[in-house]
Amino acid sequence: MDHPAAGSTGMPEVNEPNHFLRIVLWWLVVSVIGTALVVFVLGPGLPPGNGSVEASGQVTDNTVLLALSVPVAAAVLVYLTYALIVFREREPEVYVDGPPIRGNASIQLWWLVTTTVIVLFLAGYGSIRLLADGSGGGQGPNPIAAPAASSSDPPLQVQVIAQQWQFNYRFPGYGGVEVPDLELPANTLVEFHVTSLDVIHSFWAYQLGVKADANPGVDNVAYVTTKGPLSVNIRCAELCGVWHGYMFETAHVVSKADFATWIRAQETRFAPATKTLPPYSKTYFPPPERRGG
Amino acid sequence: MSTIAVPVARPPLWRRLVGFNLLAGIALGIIGYVIGQWIGGRFTGVNIAYYSKTAGQNDIAIMLGYFFGVVGFLIGMGFANYPIQRMLGYPPTLAEHEAEEEGVGRYFRLCTDHKVVAIQYLVGIGVFFFIGGLNAMLIRTELLQPNTHVFGANQYLTLVGMHGTMMMGMMTSGILGPFANWVVPPMIGARRMAFPRIESFTFWLLMAAGVVLITTIFFGGFQTGWTGYQPLGDQNTAGYDAYIGFFALVGVSMTLLGLNLAVTIISMRAPGMTWTRLPIFVWSVLATAALMFLAAPMLIAALLMGAMDRTIQTAFYVAGQGGSSYLFQNLFWVFGHPEVYIVALPGFGIVLELLPVFARKPLWGYRLAVSGMLGVGLLSFFVWQHHLFVSGINADLRPFYMLSTELISLPTGFTFLCFMGTLWRGRIRFTVPMLFCLAWAFNFLFGGISGVFLSDVPSDVTTHGSFFSMAHFHYTIMGGLVFTFFAAIYYWVPKMTGFNLSERLGKVHFWTMFLAFNSTFAPLFALGFMGMPRRVVTYNPSFQALNDWASVSAFILGISMLIFLYNVVWSLLIKREPAEANPWHSKSPEWQLATPVPVYDFERTPVFDPDPYPYGVEPVPVGRPVVAPAGGQA
Repeated sequence: MDHPAAGSTGMPEVNEPNHFLRIVLWWLVVSVIGTALVVFVLGPGLPPGNGSVEASGQVTDNTVLLALSVPVAAAVLVYLTYALIVFREREPEVYVDGPPIRGNASIQLWWLVTTTVIVLFLAGYGSIRLLADGSGGGQGPNPIAAPAASSSDPPLQVQVIAQQWQFNYRFPGYGGVEVPDLELPANTLVEFHVTSLDVIHSFWAYQLGVKADANPGVDNVAYVTTKGPLSVNIRCAELCGVWHGYMFETAHVVSKADFATWIRAQETRFAPATKTLPPYSKTYFPPPERRGG
Repeated sequence: MSTIAVPVARPPLWRRLVGFNLLAGIALGIIGYVIGQWIGGRFTGVNIAYYSKTAGQNDIAIMLGYFFGVVGFLIGMGFANYPIQRMLGYPPTLAEHEAEEEGVGRYFRLCTDHKVVAIQYLVGIGVFFFIGGLNAMLIRTELLQPNTHVFGANQYLTLVGMHGTMMMGMMTSGILGPFANWVVPPMIGARRMAFPRIESFTFWLLMAAGVVLITTIFFGGFQTGWTGYQPLGDQNTAGYDAYIGFFALVGVSMTLLGLNLAVTIISMRAPGMTWTRLPIFVWSVLATAALMFLAAPMLIAALLMGAMDRTIQTAFYVAGQGGSSYLFQNLFWVFGHPEVYIVALPGFGIVLELLPVFARKPLWGYRLAVSGMLGVGLLSFFVWQHHLFVSGINADLRPFYMLSTELISLPTGFTFLCFMGTLWRGRIRFTVPMLFCLAWAFNFLFGGISGVFLSDVPSDVTTHGSFFSMAHFHYTIMGGLVFTFFAAIYYWVPKMTGFNLSERLGKVHFWTMFLAFNSTFAPLFALGFMGMPRRVVTYNPSFQALNDWASVSAFILGISMLIFLYNVVWSLLIKREPAEANPWHSKSPEWQLATPVPVYDFERTPVFDPDPYPYGVEPVPVGRPVVAPAGGQA
């Protein structure tokens, strides 16, 4: 374009009010009130709650993101509201043009700097939070971010075997017993190994803040550090066929003593079945049935 | 639509119906389908006589049926004539039903006039948009209660898949098909697209694809959603073949549409239309076109591999036999993420193109807006694995994809800054197109901010695959694309058809749609946060109140579309109030054409002034046709 971007300053004319100052003041008011409401009112109720250490971490993360997005949203909304009211055409019958302002180099620069800082902060913050404990997400076969486990207490390994349309759980530390319901001990680091026998599923333990896709032939590891006793909604979060909508159940976090009792009972109960199971492995490949075509 | 008198006596009706047109296309399409089925049956040793027994099982026969059916349809439409004529030694001609034929007939056949193709696109895509919307109504009906009560699980998932696939496949061309095809040539001073036959081809191929998708209901539907993940697709019944056929054909159509538009913009600009004088909408079309022909081939490849898995028993996606389910996810999203920007970018262009007209100011920060669009296009190829954050693939690359995803908010922010800058001290007129543009800013703001939660891995662990992400992409795609789609309709249709749309009904439509849209999708953010996964037919009974609220709002959203339909039927078909040549007092080139627009747009190639948005400056309006220099492009 032949018109340099910084050619017009966009400065208000002499007898016009200082629009910029007014917008900034309104923005400050809205942002402060909005951010305070988000942090102190909405924040504690944000998902997924405080069911585990990782879930609490996600609540913190959600609060930070929401608190940051309030001033950003407020800037756009306050500006738009102000502009639409103040700069509206009052005599629509006559076509009069506005001033030919084509840009403002310093505003563009400030915008670029501000948004870059916000974005870099978000990415840095998110990465640090993620690498600290994995945040309960699936991390593939070689996890890079595990929460610190106490050396005396190795993590409890639980294999989640997804198939159409249920989850089964296998405990390699307890003779490889496979059970259809899940109970977990409180205040324990749990190491989920999520895999699938057929199509892609996703293991979602909502209150624990755990989500890990179950891919056939893949061992997807997710960590969670449980807190107190709790009921956990388990749902499949990846479309896996006709009865995907019915692939849900309730798991329980119970005290360590209760868990020890429960798992022993399961070992006894499923002992005949355990003998016929394939040996414990990270992945399983059941013989393929006849495929389409 | 044109009122230019045709002195030639029209041939009798039967003569006009026989020839290369839609009727012949449908007839040859059906014949081709049967031939394909027969060959497929030979291939697999199934007798065509047992068709009724084997239909729905023999994937080879169905795939070949679709293929031959589409080829037959295109031959019937007349797309083979030109190559065959050339091979037989006839001279090249562009005269197919263009100058000599007026009236409704040319809308039902191969027409190389870019204005006709644009209206074909608008109506054709509109039909599928309404079918997709009807699917959404049925989905929300089912979700009125936490258990199945209207549809079974299979029907419900087919509806979900049809809705998603139809919207993502068809609406990809929703702005480029009708509006870029119509507006780009006059905006750059060309009389036609670079490849007019390919332009028509992309449209009819898209329509054939839409019919292929609808046939899925005869073969049991598909239960995979629009993502069609493997190996779920591999075990699906034959309805999934329709999904593959549809999306592969859409991929071909998209690739060609993108190439055609890009070549047109690069090589057909009139003298004086330099890169810095291009209207911003043309820039957005160029960026989108590049994404289209770079991304869509990936989709075609992924689907062909899926088709081979289903038909000739390869195992690209079967983990137990050496394939990988990750492969499909990877390939799909390498296409799929540029795809969502293919859908969003034309909206940016429409908004920034219309805003100067209704704020009566030049576009603020032209270079910034251009770099924003190109930046979005470039970055969109480096973010796809954020769809796989919890899948366990390349887990150590997640910080990178988190950064690249969040970086996209920089160029998107440029668009917002230009939007806000253009309003600054403007003289804002609240016309219907302007209202839709303003709604875009509101919707896309929330779409973008919710995207930050999905791009942040710790936060994404909960929101991934939940109603939160569903609400997010409806805010960006419906709030971003569909609202600008309607802005473009209300803005350009008076020029395209020569008739005014009712302003009053338009405002009723806008407010109903805007309020109902937000009322529908805002609660879905909350539902996702509370733990409701996508694509489920049952949900926790405690979610029912919010779901019912969303469903009732969705029905009102549906009613708003009926208001629009009523407006179209009333204004364009019944009342037919002739439009002024330039009702918006726009200064962009396409509004300087006469209404109705003559077949070859302008008599002489326009020469463009240096300023694409000459608002508030004197004296010359841009794009005023003046005498071209000798040797100007014809």
